[in-house]
Amino acid sequence: MSRLASLPEMWDVLVVGAGPAGMAAATVTASAGLSTLVIDEGPGPGGQIWRAIMTTPVMSRPVLGSDYWAGAPAVRAFYESGATYLPSTQVWSLDADGVAGLSAEGEARYVSARRVVIATGAMERPFPIPGWTLPGVMTAGAAQGLLKTSGLYPSDRLVIAGTGPLVWLYAAQLLAAGGRISALLDTTDPGARLAATRSFPAFAASPYLAKGLALMARVRARVRVLRKVTALSIDGRERATAVRFRRGGGAEEQIPADTVLLHQGVVPQVNLAMATGVGHRWDDRQLCFVPEIDPFGQTGLERIAIAGDGAGIGGWEMAVERGRLAGIGAARALGIASDLVPSPNPALKRLRALARPRAFLDTFYRPAVAFRRPAPETIVCRCEEVTAGDIAKAVDIGALGPAQLKAYTRCGMGPCQGRMCGLTVTELMAAKRGVSPAEIGYFRLRPPVKPITLAELASLPVDGANVKAVVRS
Amino acid sequence: MLARVDDRHQRTVPISIDGRAVEARVGDTVAAALLTADVAACRVSTVSENPRGPYCLMGVCFECLVTIDGVGNRQGCLIEVRDGMAIETQSRRREAGR
Repeated sequence: MSRLASLPEMWDVLVVGAGPAGMAAATVTASAGLSTLVIDEGPGPGGQIWRAIMTTPVMSRPVLGSDYWAGAPAVRAFYESGATYLPSTQVWSLDADGVAGLSAEGEARYVSARRVVIATGAMERPFPIPGWTLPGVMTAGAAQGLLKTSGLYPSDRLVIAGTGPLVWLYAAQLLAAGGRISALLDTTDPGARLAATRSFPAFAASPYLAKGLALMARVRARVRVLRKVTALSIDGRERATAVRFRRGGGAEEQIPADTVLLHQGVVPQVNLAMATGVGHRWDDRQLCFVPEIDPFGQTGLERIAIAGDGAGIGGWEMAVERGRLAGIGAARALGIASDLVPSPNPALKRLRALARPRAFLDTFYRPAVAFRRPAPETIVCRCEEVTAGDIAKAVDIGALGPAQLKAYTRCGMGPCQGRMCGLTVTELMAAKRGVSPAEIGYFRLRPPVKPITLAELASLPVDGANVKAVVRS
Repeated sequence: MLARVDDRHQRTVPISIDGRAVEARVGDTVAAALLTADVAACRVSTVSENPRGPYCLMGVCFECLVTIDGVGNRQGCLIEVRDGMAIETQSRRREAGR
């Protein structure tokens, strides 16, 4: 019998995502004696930050660094908790009653849980510039994933462009692995640097300052770093061949490149939570939609909680604490005796400390407007090849929000289901209409949130009522 | 082009890419195997037919869609290579029935 077919139908707790938050939540609930099912689409535990931690071919510890290897004890605790863990499995639907549609190895089925913790984490913010759809252009996170999973790194002419801690972290990891970087194009907005001075004291009091400066120093010692980069674009026909840019108001410059890595921060992955019906609000500091939750990750839907970076960006240490709190919340809601559930107080205290330096990071690395609301000829929706100009035109002829935009242009209707264009669409339409992103809102998301084949759907178990509903008498 | 650190000295398995026999490292995803074999474009855009390659490698961009053992539009970055796997790049517009 296949893995899915032999799975029990009823669970106390379902956790979607086996990253820092999902593993922490599941460790709490399974240790408290609750039947806990953890589903993850990746082949191993760890999420993106600890990706391939059990199998990485990069064994020399300094290459991936201490934050990476901090995941090993978390994975061990998760494995020992008694939770049932299904890797390489998709959750393509979830409803407010806790019924989840799963698929793996060409089969599908439904399971039901009394409490669900959505821990689907973050993704990199879209970086729409001319040429970003060319082969050879990837995100910095993609390259980092290749290094963690396979020990692979670009060995041709490499340019890294963008802003945010991951740019520096990946550059340092790549150099340590033996790679070379032709140039690092820093798109950090000089205006944002200035705006961040107010929140600097709280950041300076955290360990992040020394850590960040050390990373930057290691990279600067070996890589040409060009600052105040604007007007970035990528040349090429069959694949990337060069990057073009200006520094401040300077003349146009060009650097040959076979591989271009882009990055401008990370944002919550909202597709599953939104399709489940969880309410979200616009976060103007992090420039993204975040779910409306209480300190235990509890959403407005009784059975559904959200933990980790999917609940707003905070990094892996916050994700662990928020995962724990979601696990504690689920265990309490299911009536587990208080001596079997850890106290939430240490996690709440750690969270307050971890939150203090975030304002600086969010403000300092706030992506420049030009890279969030691109020029008219730039492709915004990669799947359907809808440009910023197409979106402006649709607004001109009456599209009020993302839902109408779909009907006008097919924007957001390709295989990625708006993941690569959603935030750009919200910001472009808001600016064009002169209203706030909150008023524009996001795409209306619906299941299936992951592709599922007809054969997989047809493999769902049916009972008499299902047949009666569709067969004519 | 990619170089590799492999402290584990992982073994390889035979796969095929568009009929060409290739050795792929066990534990690599289909997308990684394509990049290692210097296949930069795994499909064409279904709109303009311009070449596309893997972008996010974490399951959200859907650029690395390929046909695996006859099933189309699989996410190459989420699926690990297996012995004898047949991978085909997708070189046409929308392919009904696949």
